[in-house]
Amino acid sequence: MSETATRTSMMPPADPMPARAGVGLKARHYASVVGERPDVGFFEVHAENYMGAGGPPHAWLAAVRERYPLSVHGVGMNIGGEGALDTAHLARLRGVVDRYEPALVSEHLAWSGHGGAYFNDLLPLPYTRETLVRVIDRVDRVQCTLGRRILIENPSTYVCFGGDEMDEVTFLSELARHSGCGLLLDVNNVAVSATNHDHDPAAYIDAFPTGPVDEIHLAGHALGHDDTGAPFAIDSHDRRVADTVWALYERTLLRSGPVPTLIEWDGDVPELPVLLDEARRADTRLTDAPREATS
Amino acid sequence: MSASATLETALASALRRPGAPAPAGVTPPGRLDIHRNNIHVSLVEALREAYPVTERLVGEAFFHAMARTYVADELPDSPVLLAYGAGFPAFIETFRAAAGLPYLPDVARLERARLEAYHAADADALAPEALSNVHADALTGLRLTLHPATRIVASPWPVTSIWETNTHDESVRPVDLGSGGGTALVTRPVLQVYTQCLPGRADVFIRALDTGQSLPEAAGTVAEADASFDLATVLQALLTTGALAGYRLDP
Repeated sequence: MSETATRTSMMPPADPMPARAGVGLKARHYASVVGERPDVGFFEVHAENYMGAGGPPHAWLAAVRERYPLSVHGVGMNIGGEGALDTAHLARLRGVVDRYEPALVSEHLAWSGHGGAYFNDLLPLPYTRETLVRVIDRVDRVQCTLGRRILIENPSTYVCFGGDEMDEVTFLSELARHSGCGLLLDVNNVAVSATNHDHDPAAYIDAFPTGPVDEIHLAGHALGHDDTGAPFAIDSHDRRVADTVWALYERTLLRSGPVPTLIEWDGDVPELPVLLDEARRADTRLTDAPREATS
Repeated sequence: MSASATLETALASALRRPGAPAPAGVTPPGRLDIHRNNIHVSLVEALREAYPVTERLVGEAFFHAMARTYVADELPDSPVLLAYGAGFPAFIETFRAAAGLPYLPDVARLERARLEAYHAADADALAPEALSNVHADALTGLRLTLHPATRIVASPWPVTSIWETNTHDESVRPVDLGSGGGTALVTRPVLQVYTQCLPGRADVFIRALDTGQSLPEAAGTVAEADASFDLATVLQALLTTGALAGYRLDP
């Protein structure tokens, strides 16, 4: 393990990620992306969609990777889970990372499997000293196996736990400090969680450690009211980015300076030009962002 | 067991049971339904994407109800959702409300075979003319290797016709359910998945090849199941579709 751990910190990314906006790569857009080569900063894929042995997904992704920087975003590593780390899945993730040498690799602060069943959702964990130690260890093992630094994303949450010993920002700060991982700040998740827990999203952004932030996510969310009349937000990724999220993004960039930013759109996926238009809106803000981070 | 282990176990259990109360400490408890909904909706959607013709045959509402029942009992065992739903055709066989459509499980099997072919390992297909140089005397030791994407679905129903008209035809043409079945051959020599209906018990022949039987041995095996088996036609189909990856000649 120590041999690969050494490699982690020494090896620069194969192809550095520009501080521009990127979009998620969707199967229905493969031909347009490769054929028309639109002006966009990068593409991001879910790692699990490329864990088949071969076929068109790999042929297309290889063609996209030749033309653009790539970010690989895992959704199934169960980083926050209590069970043994799924080494078979980690080996598959390593296969994807070795095959495509992406500029960024990221995962979530969440659990998604228990007792051999996979829930296909990003489930919340309590923020305690015990879970922090566990997550630091799991991130360390993932980084050692992949031979590189990964980013961990703040979740969108709908429930919280009575036994929390620290807030989410503190948990992520400590995780980054002790594991050496970077952070992926999902500004839409900040807005969704703030709505669901009646917190101030601007205070979350202001407290977030921007130093380790190597990527930002933006997405659309759905708003509703529960049967008690309380408002809630769902991280639906099925529409344009909300104005409130754009405002939080601008606030983030004032502190962080320009950071590679992904437009996530996974449900009711529109034509490629709509995604590219959202990316341009992010690019405009990236251009206007201060060159030097203020914190 | 640690405190968080207790909580995760309790959450996992509550998420699997609709209407179950949220574990103590979860606030607000009703919001756990958002996660339950995420899980079920996303997995039903994964099945819809994998089985579009099956859905078309029964309609959206029926498929949704059938898929929800499957999902409730069969959570994925891996985060790789490409592999999820392999047991769905067998489940359809046991789903009583679908009993009136006896061909439905085999149509789903064909869709599954096509999905597996789509994601199978890449390999060069054996060129159709490759066997023309094999001397007749050497045929007794000829062993054919299937392409990694090759799948077969044998059915007493005309599932290839049902699948084709519900996939390619602008207006669905009637399929005579009494027109007999056959073996659907599915493969993907390069990027395009092909489906072709082979006559008779080609499934027996192809499975015999896949278990390592030589060409004459496989021909003998299928002759026992299907006396009128047309070896030349089936061999030609395997070669022209790219369903074979190679061969070897044993002395």
